[in-house]
Amino acid sequence: MSSTTATQTWVLDPVHSSIGFEVAYNGGTFRGSFREAEARFDGESLAGSAKVASVDVKDENLNAHLQTPDFFDAERYPELTFESSEIERSGDAVTVRGGITIRGVERPVELTGTIGEPITDAYGRERFGLTLVTAVDRTDFGVNWNAPLPSGGNALADEVKLTSELYFVPAEA
Amino acid sequence: MKILGISGSLRRESYNTKLLRAAEELLPAEVEFELYDGLKAIPPYDEEDDGEDAPESVTALREAIAEADGILIATPEYNSSVPGHLKNSLDWVSRPLATNTLRNKPVVVVGASTGAFGAVWAQAELRKVLAAIGARVVDAEVAVGHAPTRFDDSGRLVDENLLSDLEETVEALTDEVRERSLFALTNIRS
Repeated sequence: MSSTTATQTWVLDPVHSSIGFEVAYNGGTFRGSFREAEARFDGESLAGSAKVASVDVKDENLNAHLQTPDFFDAERYPELTFESSEIERSGDAVTVRGGITIRGVERPVELTGTIGEPITDAYGRERFGLTLVTAVDRTDFGVNWNAPLPSGGNALADEVKLTSELYFVPAEA
Repeated sequence: MKILGISGSLRRESYNTKLLRAAEELLPAEVEFELYDGLKAIPPYDEEDDGEDAPESVTALREAIAEADGILIATPEYNSSVPGHLKNSLDWVSRPLATNTLRNKPVVVVGASTGAFGAVWAQAELRKVLAAIGARVVDAEVAVGHAPTRFDDSGRLVDENLLSDLEETVEALTDEVRERSLFALTNIRS
């Protein structure tokens, strides 16, 4: 890649980044996020992880349920991870291919989004933004929970959209 | 390794309790087995009675589950579902959800009934309840139908096929307990 982002190693600015999921539930869209995540980017590769224990939804009992073997099984698989195999960039459009691992199961995935050129922020530090989305079938990873509805069908969709709005800052030397 | 057996039937001559005794005999000698006998003392769930001053009967069950490595529950079927008292006891154990003692605990459900089906609907619902509580529910089933014909006069399970099913199920539980220990070691090291 020709961009200036390719000339050094960048790490996630966790405070200004967000990694989340969206899934159709009960006639609407349910959203959640992971508060703790790490990522590294060097132009050629992108790798990151999110802590299952940091999953954040607006109900403490659901937070607790998401940790259990019914969902992410945090005791056995404490992290979700992603590692790229290929990055294609055209202007500010970016496609990242790689493997995502959830519940210990790795599946190939293609993420698409936009990447910005580095800017110097108000504190004199360089940073750039990277937005990526993809969709996965959660049952491919063994995240199978569901509840049949009295009217037929299930409460929770299998397809889950994964969204990440990432800010990178230079890795400390 | 310690396995705690919980019978969903309270009567002394319970087929489900006999089923747990049969399971105990199939466990390897190094596995300790305790048959829980305090379920009858548990009151109806009331959040106002929970917390630091929870009833002793409830604290005892929570602690017995905490001290066990795996749980074996035998349930009868009342009106096509889990006996109210067993469900009520698990409701107590489940609070608070994020830290309850069943969380991540390997659990196997088996069942006996006097009818033909061996409490399969109660077993299925109990597995759903246990998963919602956060237990590690093992995918195994033993359904003892026509229970009065499956045990001899001294209360021993005498059906060879069921004994074989029960042996496999008990082994699935002890395997799950061992696997949990291995995962714990791996995650500590990484």
